[in-house]
Amino acid sequence: MDLNQKIYGFRRENNRVGIRNYVVILPVDDISNAACEAVANNIKGTIALPHPYGRLQFGEDLDLHFRTMIGTGSNPNVAAVVVIGIEPGWTDKIVDGIAKTGKPVKGFSIEKRGDIQTIAEASKAAYDMVHYATGLQREPCDISELWVSTKCGESDTTSGFGSNPTVGNAFDKLYDIDSTLLFGETSEITGGEHLVKDRCVNEAVADQFMFMFNRYQDMIERFKTDDLSESQPTKGNIEGGLTTIEEKALGNIQKIGKKCVVDGVLDKAEMPTGKGLWFMDSSSAAAEMVTLCAASGYVAHFFPTGQGNIIGNPILPVIKICANPRTVRTMSEHVDVDVTGLLNRDINLDQAGDKLLENLVNTSNGRMTAAEILGHQEFVLTRLYESA
Amino acid sequence: MIQFIVHDENDSVGVITVEDLKANDNLTGWIMDQDKLMDIKINQDIPIGHKVAIRDISEGSTVIKYGVDIGRTVSNIAAGDHLHVHNVKTKRW
Repeated sequence: MDLNQKIYGFRRENNRVGIRNYVVILPVDDISNAACEAVANNIKGTIALPHPYGRLQFGEDLDLHFRTMIGTGSNPNVAAVVVIGIEPGWTDKIVDGIAKTGKPVKGFSIEKRGDIQTIAEASKAAYDMVHYATGLQREPCDISELWVSTKCGESDTTSGFGSNPTVGNAFDKLYDIDSTLLFGETSEITGGEHLVKDRCVNEAVADQFMFMFNRYQDMIERFKTDDLSESQPTKGNIEGGLTTIEEKALGNIQKIGKKCVVDGVLDKAEMPTGKGLWFMDSSSAAAEMVTLCAASGYVAHFFPTGQGNIIGNPILPVIKICANPRTVRTMSEHVDVDVTGLLNRDINLDQAGDKLLENLVNTSNGRMTAAEILGHQEFVLTRLYESA
Repeated sequence: MIQFIVHDENDSVGVITVEDLKANDNLTGWIMDQDKLMDIKINQDIPIGHKVAIRDISEGSTVIKYGVDIGRTVSNIAAGDHLHVHNVKTKRW
């Protein structure tokens, strides 16, 4: 596998490389979803990202909301953004955050205008943005310029043997060419936290990792009513043969390979400040985690599955890898990279990793993923606590 | 033909990698880290992806997979037994 070959991506105003070219209509809050969906219906080539939050949030939870909205709009897979909110204050805050990337962004607020006038004005702006975006050309870029995240879902024991080590092998190779990589799923490291801690680049990063890990454990201890069986591991994990969180975690950790070093730690939806492998504190729920990856600026996602998680994301292509022959047989339309050959020793891990990297190159050049073709656009915001 | 995989020869368990195995079937497994083969007879039907004990494990002891602790047994388990949530629990939470 030649990792020095070029991929054809969209180089944005801030020099980041995207592999998709969306014009996003982004609601600040739940009550602006209707206007955003109306604009996306009027103007072809745009995509609305409706969500259920954005009102009366406060403190760290509100900071996370803004980071997620600004990060999503700033993602290099997005060419331009229309932001619509009920009032101008929080709308402008998100517009200003996205504008720092240099990409076209325009905000509209509904109070003193009403939905209909807002939709008309925002549709005109969106129209111009579609002309702008569709006039952009893909250009040759380095594979190392792609930010690649990973998170697994509906894992089973084949994930630990097959699909997760495949991601690990690909991550080791991408790490070697100075890529920017991400993993997370804080609760799903339980039982293997000592292994991740040992992989941290220095003591300061190890301490930050353990702070995030312990913070999540404290939250679970505070709210749990049992040993979390059927939640973590999930019913699907148990059906697939995973018995305890420790077993699930050890399989999960295979995704960071054997050589990558954890170079830094991020809070939810924070953006990395350099190259290397980053750990992001995050939920292990697929759509929440992948939405955070997109908000952190990642442009391609490796998603190993055992029992067949079907998740996608509206702006971040999700590449599914599966080693379970029953899942590949019964749910083939959801699988991008079949590595069942690992289980009967037809292929080795190095070949499986290359197969995934070849898919990454094709996906980067514009080939659609299974989740994109099937219309999976799960955009799910993480909340820290109740609204005020 | 391999019917189960063991990560490391010191592990307590292997994972079934084929469908439709029945009680009393004799299986051949592959120990990945040492690249060796082993045989075992299973005592119950075990679905694909589920674990088989590859040694006797007494109640209240630790189950090892990937060379690491993955939980505690809540009953005696014999080599060849189906090992899952009915006889193993987390040590966390």
